[in-house]
Amino acid sequence: MEWEAVIGLEIHAQLATNSKIFSGASTAFGAEPNTQACAVDLALPGTLPVFNEEALRMAVKFGLAIDANIGRTSVFDRKNYFYPDLPKGYQTSQLFFPIVGEGHVDITLEDGTTKRVGVTRAHLEEDAGKSLHDEFPGMTGIDLNRAGTPLLEIVSEPDMRSAEEAVAYVRKIHSIVTSLGICDGNMAEGSFRCDCNVSVRLKGEEEFGTRTETKNINSFRFIEKAIKGEIERQIDLIEDGGRVVQETRLYDANKNETRSMRSKEEANDYRYFPCPDLLPIVIDEDYIDVIRDNLPELPDARKARFIEEYTLSDYDAMVLSGDHHMATYFETVAKTAKDSKLAANWVMGELSKHLNQNDTTIADSPVSADQLGGLLVRIKDNTISGNIAKKVFEAMWSEGGTADEIIEAKGLKQVTDTGAIEKTVDEVIANCTKQVEQYTSAEPEKRGKMIGFFMGQVMKATGGKANPGAVTGILKKKLDALCD
Amino acid sequence: MALDRSDVEKIAHLARLQIDEQDIPEYTKNLSSILDLVDQMQAVDTSNVEPMANALDAVQRLRADVVTEENNRDKLQSVAPAVENGLFQVPKVIE
Repeated sequence: MEWEAVIGLEIHAQLATNSKIFSGASTAFGAEPNTQACAVDLALPGTLPVFNEEALRMAVKFGLAIDANIGRTSVFDRKNYFYPDLPKGYQTSQLFFPIVGEGHVDITLEDGTTKRVGVTRAHLEEDAGKSLHDEFPGMTGIDLNRAGTPLLEIVSEPDMRSAEEAVAYVRKIHSIVTSLGICDGNMAEGSFRCDCNVSVRLKGEEEFGTRTETKNINSFRFIEKAIKGEIERQIDLIEDGGRVVQETRLYDANKNETRSMRSKEEANDYRYFPCPDLLPIVIDEDYIDVIRDNLPELPDARKARFIEEYTLSDYDAMVLSGDHHMATYFETVAKTAKDSKLAANWVMGELSKHLNQNDTTIADSPVSADQLGGLLVRIKDNTISGNIAKKVFEAMWSEGGTADEIIEAKGLKQVTDTGAIEKTVDEVIANCTKQVEQYTSAEPEKRGKMIGFFMGQVMKATGGKANPGAVTGILKKKLDALCD
Repeated sequence: MALDRSDVEKIAHLARLQIDEQDIPEYTKNLSSILDLVDQMQAVDTSNVEPMANALDAVQRLRADVVTEENNRDKLQSVAPAVENGLFQVPKVIE
């Protein structure tokens, strides 16, 4: 039997406003508990919400970026449920008339083909507070700083068929919201969160299977793992004669598995109705046109520009333009180094390797784009070789400092002095009689490969500081002279 | 439209209202009669009327995105039944 997964995603993007969606309290991350929760956020009697114009503008920007219908009239509704981190007893959201209607994004799959994923809608809503269950025995602590932070909930069509497609979609949305500057995209801090609706069915089947919703996933890697695990769990369950139960599940990154969140799920009954405290939001064509005319460069356009302007390959351009921070970083490095290919190699190679190993993101990279650019300038002007540059990069990563400072302090400056190199080459030739004999007696066309050994010896003797181009030239000249 | 006993119990639960067993028939009757009134209104032909989201004939005013609130935690928490380390304390909500 061949199974097929059906995946739809709900992404919550925190909008990067200064103040909350309905109050003048700050949205800054990391403040002391409840110091950014005002009377409106606490739902004290007599308070009324007033809608933040920037949250509206940001939502419209997103709608235009995904080619969606913008709701000329949108309405806030109350979604009613009880939980202590939701003091009003309802979340102000949009159900019937969302600000952003149907749109779409194109994702690039691993084989290079493009797939269109539908966006059903995107609506404005407020975030809830935070519940801390483990700090006090028998009690739950409530921090309402996050309550009222504006969210854009982006709901996809069930168009994705694999975990890889789902991740490509999430990355694309992430790329769009960060490029637009409407969300900082920080998944670790919860500014960009993803709920995954997953079901399976036999291939060719029209009907969807029963779906589960997995919440609480805060990295691209975990999204892929969680979906893969959930698909497998559902297939195993059905093949063993079981049945998938519609439920909410939590992803446990430590165990790499999803588990049921509630034992007895009562069917949700949110009793939505239009919020009487807020009037309909009406926007006109001029408002939309001004936003459209001022949209920044979007990921697809940026990718095309990278191919054109920096002559990058399709793949390199896709990787470098996919993340807004990475794109900006790359461009700074390329402009400083005046070599886009070298910049691309270092950003996608050494830098990305270090970011992955240290589980950090380019936005938090200890090596800035200016620092890396400065390093590449020294490769370009032959002050250091590519290999020494890696050592300088290591030092930069762990201790900071500019390339020039590190090269100077560690005495890594490349030896380009031909006299000094010649002297070392002479010593190597004198010390390696056996290898020299092999070289001279070898067929001329095989000598090219054999020169690598001598190269290594010279580099060892100079601590890697000799200019590789100069060494090769001198070695070749001197060794070939011995052959005649 | 007539509600039955279980409807009333469910509505009370959703609203987190504790109601007396003996009052349920009365609530059932009263709520049903409200719905009867709704049914009566449903009979009016509204096919040419735009649905309205608010009784006021006005649109939402917008607020500039500026932080205007200061930290008033001490004052705001002075009316809370239990506070610890700046957090509001409530009975534990998960097992």
